[in-house]
Amino acid sequence: MKPFLAQEPVIPDFGEASDCVTENRLFCPDWVRDNWAGVIQPALLEHIKLTLIAVAIGFVLAFAAAVLTHRYRLFEAPVTIFSAVVYTIPSLALFQLLVPVTGLTVTTVEIALVGYTLLIIFRNTLEGLRGVPPEVLEAARGMGYTRAQTLWRVELPLAVPAMIAGLRVAIVSTIALATVAALVIPEGLGYPIFLALREAFKTEIIVAGGLAVGLALVADGLLVILQRALTPWARVRRTA
Amino acid sequence: MIGADLSVFPDAVEFVFDERSLILEKTWDHLLLSGAAMGIALLLALPLGVWLGHLHRGSFIAINLSNVGRALPSLAVIAIGIAFLGIGFKNITFALVVLAVPPILTNAYVAVDEVEPEAVEAARGMGMTRSQILLRVEIPMALPLIFAGIRTAVVFVVATATIAAVAGGGGLGDIIVNQAAYGLEGVVGAAICVSLLALAADAALGSVQRLLTPPGLRAGTHALEPDVTTGVTRL
Repeated sequence: MKPFLAQEPVIPDFGEASDCVTENRLFCPDWVRDNWAGVIQPALLEHIKLTLIAVAIGFVLAFAAAVLTHRYRLFEAPVTIFSAVVYTIPSLALFQLLVPVTGLTVTTVEIALVGYTLLIIFRNTLEGLRGVPPEVLEAARGMGYTRAQTLWRVELPLAVPAMIAGLRVAIVSTIALATVAALVIPEGLGYPIFLALREAFKTEIIVAGGLAVGLALVADGLLVILQRALTPWARVRRTA
Repeated sequence: MIGADLSVFPDAVEFVFDERSLILEKTWDHLLLSGAAMGIALLLALPLGVWLGHLHRGSFIAINLSNVGRALPSLAVIAIGIAFLGIGFKNITFALVVLAVPPILTNAYVAVDEVEPEAVEAARGMGMTRSQILLRVEIPMALPLIFAGIRTAVVFVVATATIAAVAGGGGLGDIIVNQAAYGLEGVVGAAICVSLLALAADAALGSVQRLLTPPGLRAGTHALEPDVTTGVTRL
């Protein structure tokens, strides 16, 4: 299969399609049953993989940049400007801009997806680190903590809520952006969406589109739970 | 396509100037689409958000709606809109409205809900009626945050309207998804136009915000500028 950008229009081969499919009714359960294993499930799994790789790489880069910036202020301007500029490029255009450099590959997609996560994770981590109250830092120094100990045992744990808030936005927006990745590679839920859009084939649009929406909502919900589990003190404060 | 270099950027600028009439026509379509969606979203979300905030009710819905809205992948929403409503201006407008309502509604709610109770108390003490309190105290004080939501929404809608092209919606996205016809320089040129359009819309709303803010409340409002990192999913 070729990616959307590189593809010639094809006359759909309906094969032995049911009446429902040939008439293109709103929703055909039999099509979903026949194509779940071959089309939909692989696309869903690819989508999750694309998202996780991008957010993992983006997190490592942005986290390192945030910790460095927290220690050495002079990193702030260049990192912020770079990530903000990347963030403003429309994704449809960024994918196409990268294609001549890295080709119609997963690398192209991941570079773009990672680029979009940087600003969100960087800003939130830095804000979390800077939001630690001065009294707390004072107390850590009073207890004889070194700078590194203060960072790992005091500042980073207290920055977790802000970091997860950033991670949440990053994951959800990466899931959305990964649908556009189908312009470049025949992977992810965007691929069946684009193909079905061309033929206006409703069942496939609804299933693939619905799964993309569902995936984003489930990921968002899981991160809320993760955030609660990792920051029990926030819950105590709220009920107190 | 092979052997990309940075000359695509000057080429893109050249494309925009050479194809002025095409760019203007597509920009106009883009503005119409974004404007229609923003207009409808404002009519739906602003009164509801302000009213719920005034009553201090419905925080669960107002806050969670924005979380859900932020999570929606726009391409999927537009695609599903097409499946139900068919291809065209109407369904894309609908999808854009769905995506624009959450930030506007949530910000309007939070803005009015969090107006200092002392100020409302003082207004009541001066003998203001409920509607006077809403119109002359709560809304003016809530304006910066309300506008932050509208500005987030407009940047998002202008960027997302690009996707409309996939659904035959017209706008600058027509050029961006059609590299075969316009070349990479056309794609980049149109993308630059989309970014500029989003920035211009944001700046224009900023001016409206300044005009609407009563002089006594003008100081210090810059602290509440919209924050891209808490914004919305983007395309």
